[in-house]
Formats: sequence, C-alpha cells, structure tokens
Amino acid sequence: MLNTFMVYVENKPGVLTRVASLFRRRAFNIDSLTVGRTEKPEVSRMTITVDADRDQARRIEANLYKLVNVLLVENITNQPAIIRDLAMIRVAATHEARSHVLELANVFRARVVDVAPESLTLEITGAEEKIDGLLELLRPYGVLEMVRTGIVAMRRGSKSAASTRTENTMDDAPDGVAYSV
Amino acid sequence: MTDQTITTTSSNNASKDKTTMTGASILWECLEREGVRVVFGYPGGAILPAYDALKHSKIHHVLVRHEQGATHMADGYARASGEVGVAIATSGPGATNMVTGIATAMLDSSPIVCITGQVGSKLIGSDAFQETDITGVTLPITKHNYLVTHASEVARTIREAFYVAKSGRPGPVLVDITKDAQQGTWEFDWEAAKPQLPGYRPDLSPAPAEYARALELIHNSKRPVILAGHGIMISGAMREVRDFAERAGIPVALTLLGLGAFPASHPLNLGMMGMHGEAWVNHMIQEADLLLAFGMRFDDRVTGNLKNYAPNAKKIHIEIDPAEINKNVKVDVPLVGDLKEVLLALMPRVESIDRSEWLDHIDKLKGDSAVRDIQNLPDSGHLYAAHVINDLWRQTRDGNAIVVTDVGQHQMWEAQYYKHEHPRSLITSGGLGTMGFALPAAIGAKVACPEAEVWVIVGDGGFQMTMCELATLVQENLKVHIAIINNGFLGMVRQWQEFFYDRNYAATPLLNPDFVKLAEAYGIRSMTVSERSEVVPAVRSARQYEGPVLINFKVEQEDTVYPMVAAGAALHDMIRRPSPIVETAEDE
Repeated sequence: MLNTFMVYVENKPGVLTRVASLFRRRAFNIDSLTVGRTEKPEVSRMTITVDADRDQARRIEANLYKLVNVLLVENITNQPAIIRDLAMIRVAATHEARSHVLELANVFRARVVDVAPESLTLEITGAEEKIDGLLELLRPYGVLEMVRTGIVAMRRGSKSAASTRTENTMDDAPDGVAYSV
Repeated sequence: MTDQTITTTSSNNASKDKTTMTGASILWECLEREGVRVVFGYPGGAILPAYDALKHSKIHHVLVRHEQGATHMADGYARASGEVGVAIATSGPGATNMVTGIATAMLDSSPIVCITGQVGSKLIGSDAFQETDITGVTLPITKHNYLVTHASEVARTIREAFYVAKSGRPGPVLVDITKDAQQGTWEFDWEAAKPQLPGYRPDLSPAPAEYARALELIHNSKRPVILAGHGIMISGAMREVRDFAERAGIPVALTLLGLGAFPASHPLNLGMMGMHGEAWVNHMIQEADLLLAFGMRFDDRVTGNLKNYAPNAKKIHIEIDPAEINKNVKVDVPLVGDLKEVLLALMPRVESIDRSEWLDHIDKLKGDSAVRDIQNLPDSGHLYAAHVINDLWRQTRDGNAIVVTDVGQHQMWEAQYYKHEHPRSLITSGGLGTMGFALPAAIGAKVACPEAEVWVIVGDGGFQMTMCELATLVQENLKVHIAIINNGFLGMVRQWQEFFYDRNYAATPLLNPDFVKLAEAYGIRSMTVSERSEVVPAVRSARQYEGPVLINFKVEQEDTVYPMVAAGAALHDMIRRPSPIVETAEDE
C-alpha cells in the first residue's frame, strides 16, 4: 500500500541526496517526493509517498531517523490529512473544442493560466484522484504537455506537527516497535 | 604564521580557548582535545596545509603505504581500544582508496573518523586536479559525512564527527576539508563549537511494557539460547551478559564478531553459530523455543535460510538500532536500547530457573562431532591450518593474544580453533568480508595496545592485497607476528568451487612469491614451516624475538572448512566432515 510520510529535515545542502540515497540503497520505491520550505527557516519539509507494507513502513521510518539531518518523521497514512498535488496541463483547444475544455476546467475548479491560439493551459490543485479525473476527460482533446509537483501533505486539526519527537509508539500495531528517546 | 606557534602550547591551557588559528591548526587542536594520540595517514596536495601544521601537534602520525591501510589501521585501533580511530588522506585517489576501509568499518559498526583534503572551495565542481566528490561517494557507506569549506566550520565539524562516530551504533564518519578551509584563519573557540545535532538521538530505551513481555517469554521458555553479538563489546556489557546467562541458566551461542564477548571456557558457552559454526550450536538454535539476540543483527551468515530459521522459537531482540528490528527475522519482543542498560534493567526481575535438561541435551547434539574434528584424526603427515591455529592458541597462554584475521578459510578455522576468553581479542572483518584487512588492522591494534601480543593470521591471497604495509610495520618498529596460512589457493573460493561448481578451480590457484625472501627484503625475520612438529618451535621463537616475525605455514592445499551451511540452505542442513568411525547417514 502507499504510505505517506512527512519528514522534517535540517535545511542544509545535500540533505535531499541523503534521503533519496537511503530509499535507493534500501530498495524502497519512492512514488513521490516533494521538498520545500516551512515556517521555520532552518527546517525543510518533505512529503514522501512510498509503496510499502506496514513493517517496511516502520523500517523506512527507523532508517530515516538514522540520517543525522532528519529531525522528525511522521507516517500519516492512516491519519486525517490534507493531501494536495498541483498540475499544469496544456491541452489542445482549437476554436470548436475551447468551450468544452473551459467547461471541464470550471467543473474541476481548474484555472486557465495561459491561452494560445491552438491551446489552453490549466492549473489544477487537489487530491491526486481529482487531477487524474480531469486528465482522463481532457485526453480526447489532446494533452500536449503536463507537469505535476507531487503531493504535499498536512495533518488536519489544530495539532501541528511536534518540532521534536518524544516517543515512538505504535502500540496498536501487532508488529509495532515502541521505544522512547 | 603566529597562529601556528600557538598550537605548541598545552592543550589544557584555557587562555588559548579564543585564539585566531588556521583551519589546519584547529584540526589538530580538536583531534588532541578529542583524545587522539595517533593518526594513520598519507599526505598529498590538498591535505598539505594540515600536514604542515602537524609539526606543532603532539599527535603521532603513522605513515602508511596505501590509504586503504590507513582506514583498516584506524579500524583495528578502534576495535582493539574502543576509542575512535583516525585516518587521514588527500583528495581524489587518496580519498577513494579509503572507500573499502570505510565500508568495512560501516558494516562492523566500528568508530573511525576519516579526514580527507579537498580542492579549494572555488574549484569544487570544476573537475580540478585530484578532485573527487568523496562525500557523494561515501554517502551510503558512512554513518554521516561532512564537507567543510571554511575554517570557521572545522572545530564544530570535528567535534560532531567524533560524537557521531562513537555514540549510539558506532560507525565511520568522513570529514572532507577544502584546502582553503585548512589555510584560512578563524577564532578557535572549543566551547562555542559544541555539536549541534538537533535530529540525532542515539540514546534510545525500550518502552517499559516491553520488559514485562520479555520476562514472560524468558520465564516460560524451556529451551532458550542467547545469541551473543558484537554489540556486547560495543556496549561493554560482558559482565551483564554473563550474569544474565548464569542467573537464567541459558546457554550462549556467539556470532563471529561476538567471539570473546563471552569466555570460551565458560560452561554455558556453546561456541560459534552460523555457516561455519559448530553443528550442535546450529541444531540447538533450530530446536530452541526462545532466542535472545544480544547486540547482533541476524546476518544471513548466521541464520541460513530465513524460511525455516528457528521455526519454534519466540525471539527477543535487544538492539540499539531500531532499523535492525524485524529487518531479517521477525521478532516477538524488541528491546531497543543500549544492551548494558537494558540487561541491568531486566536483571533484577529475572528468575533463576533450572534448565539442566536443556543443557544436558547439548551432549546429545554434539554426537560424534569430536571424532570428526581434524585435531583428533590420526596424523596423516600433512600440516593442517587447524593444527597451526590450535598450537598458536596454546602457545599464546591459552588465548591471551589479540588475533587479527583476514577473510576466508583461515578466518573460519581461527574462529573454530582459537578459543577467545577476552573481549576485543579477535579483530576480523565480519560484515564486509574484506580481504587485505588483517595486516593493517593488526598494526592499528598494536598501536592501540602496545603491551599486547598481536598475531596476524592471514591467507596467502589476502596477505598479498595489503602486504605493502609491511613497510609501515618496520618503520613503526612494531612487534606484530604474521602467520600466513599458505595453501596456494584462494581457499574459501576453492571450497565453494569444490562443493558447488564441480571442482572447476577457475582462477583460484595462486602463484606466490617467496614469502620468506619478501619479508627479508623488508628486514623482517621469517621462516617457513611445513611439518606439524615445527609449528610450536616456530611460534615460540617468534614470541621470543624482539621484532616482527613472519611465518609462512605451508598447509594442506585442498583442506575444507567443516561444517558448512550452504548459502540458502537451512541452518541445520550442514555439510559435515566425514566421520572416521561410522560413515552412516547424516545426523538427523
């Protein structure tokens, strides 16, 4: 199954390489990885989705913690979260197709960000499934170019991610490994 | 260069805690403050500023003949002493030559710090002369690494490197320092250069509930076995493991790197487990109802086929690295933390249980192992490696030497026939299996423990991989004894070819130099031994001689390490040495 991790790392050169190298070395297959700034200038945040069973997911977490620059890892796979992907899609839209494409964009709350004589470029933000849905409907018109950011995620509710971890508890899991730091 | 004269003053002098110094001088000052007495290195262009500043330091520099040797020496130093070993090299080829030694230290959790010079920071990325992205190259084989591009970063980086290398699960740390960072100046302030590692937390401890679960398994077990690994030495938990085993009445099987962690002569010591472990040990593991893994990681060489590994056993895993839990073997109770602390917490609640029935069972499992032992076979006129190692063990006051082995057949025979009583008395490359490790690692061990008797046991193949370090041995005037187990083959590879490749000895016969003449060329006393009766006199004379001695033991060419669990076979499925008494069907 796809697991989603939020990974807080020190904002230092080479940290992305260290994380990516870990997944390659341990033969875990990254589905998506995004990285960007956070509310703290010294901290960067990654959202990583990876295909792994429960036990592999725990070992991914443990291995991430072995990287000295990793501050906090949260597996939010089974937690309420806002998960967003962003796509820009350039679709062929000649005179007669244009209104159909605009209609679809409207239904999906996509924005038109560029207009050319033969094409329209749409920007859409949302869950991956929503973007996939729009993409399917646009295909018959001719998708000329597409780029996606990969997902970013944030937990729902008022509780913000802890800036330090105090305990790793997965007591509910039969294969859980509980320890404190 | 006034800053350099400053470094000649005592490092305890508090008045110099804020002084402008070059990055190179800061480097040596920090190494001294970290307790470093000796470094193993090889100079070159990009590290020259550091070498220039060395003359003001109290640290002794051992000039190696190849940078791989420097890393193995630092590793041997670390394993013998428990302190961080330090290797130093220049950029480019100097740094890449360190790669094998770094990977060796990584897989065996050995704390070393490797310092490399790097081209000037302005030149990075330009494919400058002797430029290699060594932090990129060593990223997956170091615990952590650093690129230092300014003198202001030197002190903190060195402090962090030592802290990371030796804390938690130890490992190698590489610090790459650009030439301009060595040459530039900065105000040295030791106190202000404290490690800043907000994400690094090496001190883990088990959740309290896990102790109760572990105790329940221990108290309900009728057939438990302790699997004792390298972590016992690293944690310094020899005493605690012994107390635990005695109190709970549980026999102890050892991994290769665990040898010495539990005295060989102790009644509860079973011996080594795994691919070339004792047959009865592997049988006991397969029959056990509880395995207690102490600071070991269920390497494929100790488990055999995981599908039928210890099928009836519950497993308790005491391990400092959470990433090792459930990696190879699924465990019932993980106790994540420092082994010594975990055992101290567990001990007061462990009940003393009589397990004599289980212990008596060992004798049955031993079966005819003793008569199959080559030591007990009638003298065939041939010299076997087992004879050499067994005699060596007896001659070194029943195991009171530090033995440094290489990789291959001789390594396994040493593990079988040299009975290690003390921790850190066997130094060997277990995880990576690095041929060429023994001679340089032994030099490092001897430097760390000058009073100890140090023996290298090495094959004729592995010896030739790093034999250039004979010059280092002589230059440092170290009394290290070298026993070449010379069978004219890459013996372990030949054994695999014998068993699994239809005796097609492709590329395994060796054409060797005259090792005696070779040693003499370096000024090392040397002799060849080819008769069993000559072994003891040769070892005696070597021990009495004041300098290094190399003994070329010409042993039986096509000897085989028994028992053997073939790669991928179940742990109890062993190839045994034929029994001289009854050639019956295999046991079980």
